[in-house]
Amino acid sequence: MLMISPRMATGAQEKQYPPSLLNFFVYNPKFGPKEGEEEKKILFYHPNEVEKNEKIRNVGLCEAIIQFTRTFCPTKPAKSLHTQKNRQFFCEPEENFWMVMVVRNPMIEKNNKDGKPVVEYQEEEILDSVYSSVLQQCYNMYKLFNGTFARTMEAGGVDLLKQRLEKFFYRYLQTLHLQSCDLLDIFSGISFFPLDKMTYLKIQSFVNRMEESLNLVKYTAFLYNDQLIWSGLEQDDMRILYKYLTTSLFPRHSEPELAGRDSPMRLEMAGNLLHYGRFLTGPSNLKDPEAKFRFPKIFVNTENTDEELHLIVYKAMSAAVCFMINTSVELTREFCEQLDSLVGPQLTLLASDICEQYSINRRISGPEKEPQFKFIYFNHMNLAEKSTIHMRKTASVSLTSIHPELMKILGDINSDFSRVDDDEEIIVKAMTDYWIVGKKSDQRELYVILNQKNANLIEVNEEVKKLCATQFNNIFFLD
Amino acid sequence: MSEEHYLELCGNPVQFENASSVNNVFFDEANKQVFAVRSGGATGVVVKGPDDKSTVAFRMDDKGEVKCIKFSFGNKILAVQRTSKSVEFINFIPDLLHLEYSQECKTKNASILGFCWTNWNEIVFITDQGIEFYQVLPDKRSLKLQKSQSINVNWYMYCPVTSVILLSTTVLGNVLQPFFFRSGTMSKISKFEIELPGVSKPAKLSLSERDIAMATIYGQLYVMYLKHHSRTVNNPGAEVVLYHLPREGTCKKMHVLKLNTTGKFALNVVDNLVVVHHQSSQTSMIFDIKLRDTDSTLSVHQPVVPARSIHPYKIPLTGPAAVTTATPVPCELYSSTWSVFQPDIIISASEGYLWYLQVKLQPVVNLMKDKGKLMDFLLQRRDCKMVIVSVCFQMLNGPDKSNLSVIATVFDKLNQVYKEYLEAEQSYTMAVETGQSRGNPAQKRPVRTQAVIDQSDMYTHVLSVFTEKKDVSHKFITAVLMEYIRSLNQFQITVQHYLYELVLKTLVHHNLFYMLHQFLQYHVLSDSKPLACLLLSLESTYPPAHQLSLDMLKRLSTANDEIVEVLLSKQQVLGARRFIRGVGGHDNISARKFLDAAKQTREEMLFYTIFRFFEQRNQRLRGSPHFTPGEHCEEHVAYFKQVFGEQALMKPTAS
Repeated sequence: MLMISPRMATGAQEKQYPPSLLNFFVYNPKFGPKEGEEEKKILFYHPNEVEKNEKIRNVGLCEAIIQFTRTFCPTKPAKSLHTQKNRQFFCEPEENFWMVMVVRNPMIEKNNKDGKPVVEYQEEEILDSVYSSVLQQCYNMYKLFNGTFARTMEAGGVDLLKQRLEKFFYRYLQTLHLQSCDLLDIFSGISFFPLDKMTYLKIQSFVNRMEESLNLVKYTAFLYNDQLIWSGLEQDDMRILYKYLTTSLFPRHSEPELAGRDSPMRLEMAGNLLHYGRFLTGPSNLKDPEAKFRFPKIFVNTENTDEELHLIVYKAMSAAVCFMINTSVELTREFCEQLDSLVGPQLTLLASDICEQYSINRRISGPEKEPQFKFIYFNHMNLAEKSTIHMRKTASVSLTSIHPELMKILGDINSDFSRVDDDEEIIVKAMTDYWIVGKKSDQRELYVILNQKNANLIEVNEEVKKLCATQFNNIFFLD
Repeated sequence: MSEEHYLELCGNPVQFENASSVNNVFFDEANKQVFAVRSGGATGVVVKGPDDKSTVAFRMDDKGEVKCIKFSFGNKILAVQRTSKSVEFINFIPDLLHLEYSQECKTKNASILGFCWTNWNEIVFITDQGIEFYQVLPDKRSLKLQKSQSINVNWYMYCPVTSVILLSTTVLGNVLQPFFFRSGTMSKISKFEIELPGVSKPAKLSLSERDIAMATIYGQLYVMYLKHHSRTVNNPGAEVVLYHLPREGTCKKMHVLKLNTTGKFALNVVDNLVVVHHQSSQTSMIFDIKLRDTDSTLSVHQPVVPARSIHPYKIPLTGPAAVTTATPVPCELYSSTWSVFQPDIIISASEGYLWYLQVKLQPVVNLMKDKGKLMDFLLQRRDCKMVIVSVCFQMLNGPDKSNLSVIATVFDKLNQVYKEYLEAEQSYTMAVETGQSRGNPAQKRPVRTQAVIDQSDMYTHVLSVFTEKKDVSHKFITAVLMEYIRSLNQFQITVQHYLYELVLKTLVHHNLFYMLHQFLQYHVLSDSKPLACLLLSLESTYPPAHQLSLDMLKRLSTANDEIVEVLLSKQQVLGARRFIRGVGGHDNISARKFLDAAKQTREEMLFYTIFRFFEQRNQRLRGSPHFTPGEHCEEHVAYFKQVFGEQALMKPTAS
């Protein structure tokens, strides 16, 4: 399929406003079914300053829309509502619990002929799939740290639930950067660290030994350079934990690291081994007599066993390990000291091993293996994600090296792909010499952006073949 | 209490008539023969060898008391010494005269201390004034002096395995002069001095032959010196000092074995272990010079395990001497009548028994707690395989289960030996291949010792049994399997696919699919067709296995047919066609298979496309779009006509 995208609007005197969050609320229609009790339905509302009646009105509207669309398809009520000024996204993560996010459409402020500013809403510029995924992620992140709504209801009723929602979303919503959400939010994938077999086996061996020595540990995850190497957690739990680690926890700790303040060489008494290990969660300094041995709690396997775990994140150089321990166990200073003295030296050693091996591999593979293409790859099977378009993620924004218009085309192609099961290929000619190729083979998706002067369809096709042959020669990818 | 006697006497001793006033008993270390000489030989000489068949009996005239009696190799010539001046010879070669002939020592006034056969017809006389090397000419019934050397000799010692004779010289007796004999030549090896604990004054002979023994340990000749210390605060006891005696170069003091006690000792060497018997405590201890505690050139060793007595022994009923005895009689161990010979022989002349000393490995296992050290020990032993295997199995099971780092150490030790063997085997194969073309002499094929525990041994005896166990956690099973695979990889040994299958089955059995997925993602489980097929079979329980399997088949690059089959079975007919065309195999594929699959999709246009594709192929290959009868596509042609009409068939183009 070949499509020609419209030229991008550019103008000198224009002021652009990116999409932003207008409202975010959670409600349960069963909590206030009678008239006059509507307020009881609302479990959380952002912004809180909104007048009560307006809250009730907005919730009521959503309820009505969902109810209305149910008549057409009882199993799949509306997911989003498009209006000129904003777009609303609905999600029912647990039975009768609804989450709604209202996003204001991006705007352009222009001066009309009279010189007066006129606002023009760009209702088609944002993608349903992206923001629906963002909404789903909000829930997943909440669930990771608080467990399911139902579980909280059992534990402490509506009051506790409201309290938790308030506490969590108050902070979390501030970290939502709606203007920089894109295709990667749809995938919500995991970047895996490329590694040779031997080093990988060493890591396996390390993980197994640590789990044996610290016999409290239920699950372990191992990351290097913010990329995953091993997960003892199931895929879906790892997906959201990975998101938390890479977009929140690691960036928060990377700044002091870069500044070189927080990583002095520590001389450990145990075996006199020099190591760089430190806790990213829990106590920042073990020697501190006032140190608290409290770790964040996370909830995993909520579908079946519903486990509540302490999350210990321990890092040495670029290697990070997450140890997850059942919350029925109380973590003591002794345990943390044991962990530090055991894991610290070994992890330091392993981290330098990985680093060395990685640079050897890079040297061997040479510069020709370095991608000269801009591409995004995603595999639904293992959630593996690779992007040469996105810069390193920071706590605040994820930076892309391409124009948002191109990003949007990628999203559009993805929406096309998600409509059918068959393998597909879409080639789009975008503005000024840009070509975008989307390929879908089985569970894999690949998006390539090419910028070649006067390239034709055949040449573009050849280029993509070349890319597949160098970057993806070890997987089954239909041409 | 578990069995702890790690030494035992062999069950089938050599029996001979016990020593008495009328029966003298001699032992020849070279041929391991016991001579029972009755009445100076007049009433018979019975020679018992290591096995029953080698018994020889004969008579000889009583010409005085026999001092020494020995056969040459192969029982060809008998030498008998009765006086200190001469040795008598009797031919045992058929067709040669059986009459005695005699040879006096050449050196005047010298007295013969003894003699040693170094070949079937070569003999060395050792006198108090030197050594004389003769060739015996049995047909002429005479001897010819080959070489001699003058030197004052206190006593001598012979190691038949290496053909080395050691002479004790000087007043103190502690300067030892070795000679080496080989096919008619006698060569002197540089002499060396044994360090004595203290010098007695006035100077007198201070080194007794009782305190010296020679034996080969790990293929090297060692002179073992039993050094008695007067017990002081600093000296906790006696020690055995091992001097390495190389064929060339100088003798070096290499190892010190700490006995930590004093008293009367005797030495044996069994399975490259030095066994030190201590008479007063009636125990023995074992030392392994390969188990190093320190890295210095001189290694000091402690006993491998605590000292224990030899396993209680009962004189067996069988054999001619024991017929009348009703019950087996317990044998007195460490008896003062015992004589100990190298390397592993214990003789009780008074009872008429010769035993070989044996080491039992299982009791050592019970006594040694450090599994890494135990493996080092076991890997050097001759019959170690089943013991090692059972240690591995116990290490993974039951209450004495080891932790993973110990398991890793053990696996690494096993694979180190395994790898060395594989490398030797490989270089041998290479040498044979290149040697044949260049005409080089053939290299010796490496011997596979029992210490080589390969993957199939581990799989059969340890891993497959262990993974079947119900009471072991799957986490531990997986960890152990991964540890073994890691170790194999570390030594660059190609992992056999059955190990991967074991991992896969274990993970699948416990529904650990995501774990499996990650292993495959990092190619920890190497690609193979069997593994790919196994994955395919998992698809119904774990859908991603389909993708994993296809990826694997793709990487194998020899499995294109399988890929087509998989795609067709998924009704991805176009995908299959694109794939096979991409790899250039579309001229050889079966049209029928594709058409079958296309028909099953019930998509008429798809069927049309595929049908047309093959018509075009036929045209290109054979000049006609028609299918040949061999392709069995009649049914599909009929279907095509039925759906699209006869006129839709491709017309042959005249070209």
